[in-house]
Amino acid sequence: MQALEVRGLVKQYRNGVQALKGIDLCVAEGDFFALLGPNGAGKSTLIGICTSLVTKTAGTLEVFGHDMDRELEAAKACIGVVPQEFNLNQFETSLTIVVNQAGFYGIPRKQALARAEEVLTQLSLWDKRNQMARTLSGGMKRRLMIARALVHSPRLLILDEPTAGVDIEIRRSMWDFLRQLNEQGTTIILTTHYLEEAESLCRNIAIIDRGRIAESDRMDRLLRKLHVETFVLSLQEAVTELPRIDGYELRRIDEHTVEVDISKERDLNGLFAKLSADGLHVLSMRNKVNRLEEIFMRLVDRAASPSADSAAGSAV
Amino acid sequence: MHATSNQVTIPQSVARTRWIGLMTILRREFGRILRIWGQTIVPSAVTAALYFVIFGSLIGRRIGQMDGVDYTQYIAPGLIMMAVITNSYANVSASFFGAKFQRFLEEISVSPLPDWIVVIGYVGGGVLRGLLVGFAVTLVALFFTHLPVQHAFVILVAAILTAIIFSLAGFINGVFAKNFDQVNWIPTFILTPLTYFGGIFYSVKMLPSWAQDLSLANPVLYMVNAFRYGFLGRSDVDVGYAFAIMLLFAGVLFAISLWLMRRGIGLRD
Repeated sequence: MQALEVRGLVKQYRNGVQALKGIDLCVAEGDFFALLGPNGAGKSTLIGICTSLVTKTAGTLEVFGHDMDRELEAAKACIGVVPQEFNLNQFETSLTIVVNQAGFYGIPRKQALARAEEVLTQLSLWDKRNQMARTLSGGMKRRLMIARALVHSPRLLILDEPTAGVDIEIRRSMWDFLRQLNEQGTTIILTTHYLEEAESLCRNIAIIDRGRIAESDRMDRLLRKLHVETFVLSLQEAVTELPRIDGYELRRIDEHTVEVDISKERDLNGLFAKLSADGLHVLSMRNKVNRLEEIFMRLVDRAASPSADSAAGSAV
Repeated sequence: MHATSNQVTIPQSVARTRWIGLMTILRREFGRILRIWGQTIVPSAVTAALYFVIFGSLIGRRIGQMDGVDYTQYIAPGLIMMAVITNSYANVSASFFGAKFQRFLEEISVSPLPDWIVVIGYVGGGVLRGLLVGFAVTLVALFFTHLPVQHAFVILVAAILTAIIFSLAGFINGVFAKNFDQVNWIPTFILTPLTYFGGIFYSVKMLPSWAQDLSLANPVLYMVNAFRYGFLGRSDVDVGYAFAIMLLFAGVLFAISLWLMRRGIGLRD
C-alpha cells in the first residue's frame, strides 16, 4: 500500500507564483523517504498541502488510500507532522501541549495523559513536562514538536527539517530515534538541508526543484549514478608539492592531507602504487561525505540552466 | 531518546472523536481565561464599578428615573450586557489571532477535527468568558442597586445569544486580522460606538424620531433591551422581534465563519 500518493499536484498562489507545477510522488508504506530541494523549491508547500495547511490548486492526494478531497478526516488521522518553524503555544507546558494534541485526535484525557508521558519520556522531555514551551531550548522545542506529532501514533510521520539548529549529539540521537520508529512500522517523510542526514537515514529520495520533481529514485541507486567519488588521504610524509599522477586529480588540504577524485572506472590500487613510488605512504583514508550533495548540486545546477524544463524529470 | 512500539487506540466513533476534540478546545480556552484572569475577568468588573459610581450614584442621582425606574437600576442590565459583548468578542478575536500569529493553530488545523467543531470550540470559549464576566459585573451591580428578575429565561437566553453573536464576530475578526492592530481596530471603531449607542445609558424613546429609526439598525439595541426586559420588564423594542434578530445574526455569522474556514481565507492562503 502507498502511504502517500500524489498525482498532478499544482499550487498557484494568489500573487501568481506557481510553487508546484504538477508533482507526482509515491511513498510506500514503511518507507523512510527523503524530500530534498533548495530553498523555495516547493518542499514546504508540498508538505503544507499534504497536511492540509495549504490549499491545492489542482491534483489529488491519497494517504493510505484515503482521498484527501473525499475522506479528509480519515486521511488526517493517519498523519503526524513536525513543521520547520516552531509552532508551540509559548504559554503552555510541554505536558499540556502534548495532551491537548492527543485530544484534537479524539484520544480520551486519561489515555492522552498516559500516552503523553510515554512520548515525552521517549524524547527525554518528561522532566521538562511542567515547563512552559518558551523556557525550553531550541533542541527541546524540536523534540517537543516530535513528541506532539507522535502522540496519536501516526502511520505517516512528516518531518520538515527536524534537526535544524540542534547540536550534533542531539541530531545523532534523533536519527537513532527516527530509525527505531521507522523499524517499528512508521512511514517517515523527511525534508532536510543536511544531505548527510538524508543519505544516512532514507531509503528513497525525491529531489524537488522549482516546483517539479527533478529526480525520484532509491537512495542507493541514485548514489550509484555518481561517476566520481572523493577520498581524503592522510599521509605519513609531509607534502609540499603534489605529485602528478595521470588519471587522478589530487588536491592538497594541508601538509599531511590530500583529497583525490576517483572516477568509477579507475581502481584505488593504481593510486596507491603511484603514491608509493613517489615515496608517499597512506596512513588512512576516508570517503568524503559529499555524495548526495554532489548529485543535488548537479541537479539543481542543471535545472537552473536554460534547458531546465526539458531536463527536469530525466535521469542523472 | 528511545522509540517504543506502544500504539494508542483512538476511539472508532467519529462523534466521540469530535466530542473529545471539542472539549479539548474548550478546556484550553477556559484555561487561557483563568491563566490571565487579570486581563480577562477583572478589568470589566472594575470598569463597571466606575460606571456605577459615576453614572449611577453621582450623575444618576440628578437624572432620577429613566423609563419609570431608578437610573442606576436602568443602566445595570446594559452594563452587564456591555461586558458580555466586549469580552466574548475580545476573547475569540485575541485567542484565535494569537494562535494564528504564533502558528499553534496548526495543531488543530492538521488534526481530523472538522471546521465546524473548531468554530464551535472557539466560540464556546468566548461564550464562557462573556458569561463569566457578565456574572462578575452582575455581582458588582448588586453592590449599587437592586436587580429584580422578571423573566429569568429571557435573561439567560439573551445573554447566551449575545455572547454567541459577538464570539462569532470576534472569530471572523481573528480570521481576517493580519496583525494586532487589526484585532483592536474593530472593537475601537465599530463595537464601542455600537454598544454606547445601543441604549445602555438611555431609552431610545428619548431620541428624535430619525435617531430612533437609526438606532433600530443597531443590533446591540435589541440585545440590551431583551436583556433589560428580563430584569425590569421594560423594553424599547418587541422582545420576540429582538430574539428573531439575534437568531438571524447568529445564523449568518456562523455561516460566514464556516465559509471562511472551508475556503481557508486568512488561514491557508
